[in-house]
Amino acid sequence: MAKPASSLSRSAGALGNWIDQRIPVSSFWKAHISEYYAPKNFNFFYFFGSLALLMLVNQIVTGIFLTMHYKPDAEMAFSSVEYIMRDVEWGWLIRYMHSTGASFFFVVVYLHMFRALMYGSYKSPRELVWILGVLIYLVLMAEAFMGYVLPWGQMSYWGAQVIISLFGAIPVVGDALVEWIRGDFFVSDATLNRFFALHVIALPLALLGLVVLHLAALHEVGSNNPDGIEVKKNKDAQGRPLDGIPFHPYYTVKDIFGVGVFLTLFAFVIFYAPEFGGLFLEPDNFNPADPLVTPEHIVPVWYFTPYYAILRAVPDKLAGVILMGLAIMVLFIVPWLDRSRVKSIRYKGWGSRILLAVFTVTFIRLGMLGMSEGTYIQTLESRFWTFAYFAFFILLPFITKYEKTRPEPERVTK
Amino acid sequence: MSDKQSLASIEPSANTGRRMLLLAGTGVVGVVGAGFVAWPFLASWNPSARARVVGAPVEVFIGAMEPGQLLKVVWRGQTIGILRRTPQMLEALDELKDELRDPQSTTPTQQPEYAANLHRSIRPEYLVVNLHCTHLGCVPEFIPEVGAQPFELNWKGGFYCPCHKSKFDLAGRVYTGVPAPTNLIIPPYRFTDDERVLIGMEPEGVV
Repeated sequence: MAKPASSLSRSAGALGNWIDQRIPVSSFWKAHISEYYAPKNFNFFYFFGSLALLMLVNQIVTGIFLTMHYKPDAEMAFSSVEYIMRDVEWGWLIRYMHSTGASFFFVVVYLHMFRALMYGSYKSPRELVWILGVLIYLVLMAEAFMGYVLPWGQMSYWGAQVIISLFGAIPVVGDALVEWIRGDFFVSDATLNRFFALHVIALPLALLGLVVLHLAALHEVGSNNPDGIEVKKNKDAQGRPLDGIPFHPYYTVKDIFGVGVFLTLFAFVIFYAPEFGGLFLEPDNFNPADPLVTPEHIVPVWYFTPYYAILRAVPDKLAGVILMGLAIMVLFIVPWLDRSRVKSIRYKGWGSRILLAVFTVTFIRLGMLGMSEGTYIQTLESRFWTFAYFAFFILLPFITKYEKTRPEPERVTK
Repeated sequence: MSDKQSLASIEPSANTGRRMLLLAGTGVVGVVGAGFVAWPFLASWNPSARARVVGAPVEVFIGAMEPGQLLKVVWRGQTIGILRRTPQMLEALDELKDELRDPQSTTPTQQPEYAANLHRSIRPEYLVVNLHCTHLGCVPEFIPEVGAQPFELNWKGGFYCPCHKSKFDLAGRVYTGVPAPTNLIIPPYRFTDDERVLIGMEPEGVV
C-alpha cells in the first residue's frame, strides 16, 4: 500500500531539499522558468524561439535513431538510406521527420530572425543575443549542408562539389584548402566520412553550446517585446516588472499551444508531402551519386537559395564568393547599423517600414531566383535583387537616424 | 580591473616582473604546444596514403581514336577528356581570340609550361584536359558542332557547362562574360609511345 499523501509529499520535499543542497535545481528553475519575468505583450512572432528549440530536439532525437541504421560509406550510404526508408520499421517516418524537420527548422529560424528585425530585438542591450543567434544560423547552415550530403545522391554529391569548390576561389591557398576539406583529389568517401562526423558530433555540440549561450544572454538582459520598451524600467515593490509575467505557467502554456498548431502542420507535411514537391528533397537526390555525370541543374535546398542567387549573379568567381560571404557576415553588424532611437517597427517611421518590407520581398525573390535555372533574364533580375539586398544594409543607418519616429509608450500596449 | 592589478593588490611586495615573465613564458609555450597538438588532427584531413596511391597515373590507349572523337577517362576521380582534333578544329582556335579571356594561356596554374601554347597540348592534334569546369566543378558538355546553339549564335565548337553557362573552346579556353574565371586545367601528362598517353606524369625531363 502507498503511504498517506502527506507523508509522501513530506519525503518528496525532503528529497528535494537533499538535492537542492547539492545542486541548484530549484533556484535554476526559479531563475529561468517560474520566476523569469517576460513581457506580457508577446504576440504570434514570439512562438518561434521555443519552436526552434523544439526542432533542435526533433533533429537530435531523430538523428540519433538514423545513425543506428545509416552507413557513412560512399559504397553503402545511398542504399542504407533506402534501407531505412523501406526495410527498417517506421524508418520512413524517422527519416522524414529528420529531412522535413530540417526545412521546418529553417522556416522557424527565418521567422524568428524576421521578428528580431521587426521589433529591433538586436538593439542595445541585446547585441550579443543577436550575434550568438547569427552564429547559430551559420552553424545551422553548415550542419544542414553536411546533412544533405549524407544520403549520397546526385544532388548530395554535386552540391558538395560546388560548395567545396567555393573555397578554391581564395587566392594562393584555395586549391590546397579544397583538397584538405575533401581529403582526396575529388569529393569521395573520405569527404562523406568526415562530413558524417561533423554532422553528428562536432556541429551539434557547437550548436547546443551556442544555444545555451544565446539563452544565457537573453535571460541576462531580458526579452524584448513588440513595443520595444524595457519592462525592467517599471517594477513593483518586490522588484518584479509591472509589465512582466512569469514564464511558467503563462508562456509555457502559450508555447504549448503554439507547439500543438506547429506539430499539426509538421505532421501534415511529413505524411502528405514529405519532399514538398522537390523543395525539401530534390528529385535528383533519388539517384545515387555519380562522379562522372553532372546533373543538368544543380541547385541547393530552398533555405540556401537566396545566397546562391547572389553567388550566381556575379560573373566573377572570387567576387561572387566574397559577395555571398558578405551577404551573411553583414548580419553580424546589424545592431550597429540601426541607429534609431526606438526599437520597434511600431514606433519607427515609414522609411524603416518600407525598408523592411522591401528587404523581405528581396530575400524571398532571391530565394526563388536561386532555385531557377539561371537564364540570362533571371541572372539580370538576380543582379537587381542582389543590389537591393545590400542596399538594405547601406540605407539602414541613414533612414533609422534621420527618419521621424513616434514616441514610445511608458508601458507596454496591447 | 585587470588580473595584473588584482595580483599586485593581493601581494604588493611580490616580484611582479618575475610573475609576468613566468606568465608570458607559460602562455607562449602553451600556445606552441597547442599548435603541435593541433597539427596531427589538421593533417589527418589531408588525402591519405591510400588516396594518394589510388591517385597514381593512368595510361590510356589512343591509337584507335577517330578525328573529332572525345574520350573520357577518370584520373583522381576527375573526368579527363582526350580530344583528337581535326585540322578544321585546330584552324578555328586562331579565330576566337577576341572572345576569350586568356587566349594565350598565360595563367600558369591552368596548364604545365609544355602546354602553354595556342593548342594547349604537347601534340597539337591531341588535347588532354581536365573537364571539370573551373567555376564550380561541373563537367561541361562536348558540343563540337559549328553553328547556332541555344546559348551562342556563332558557336565554333567547344564545351558548354549546363550548370552555370560557362563556355570553353576546343582547347579548353574560357570565353569572356561567363562565370568560370580561367581556362580548363591541363593535367600533367606524357606520351609513352605513339598510341599511349600517361595521365598524371610529367613528360621525361620535366621536373
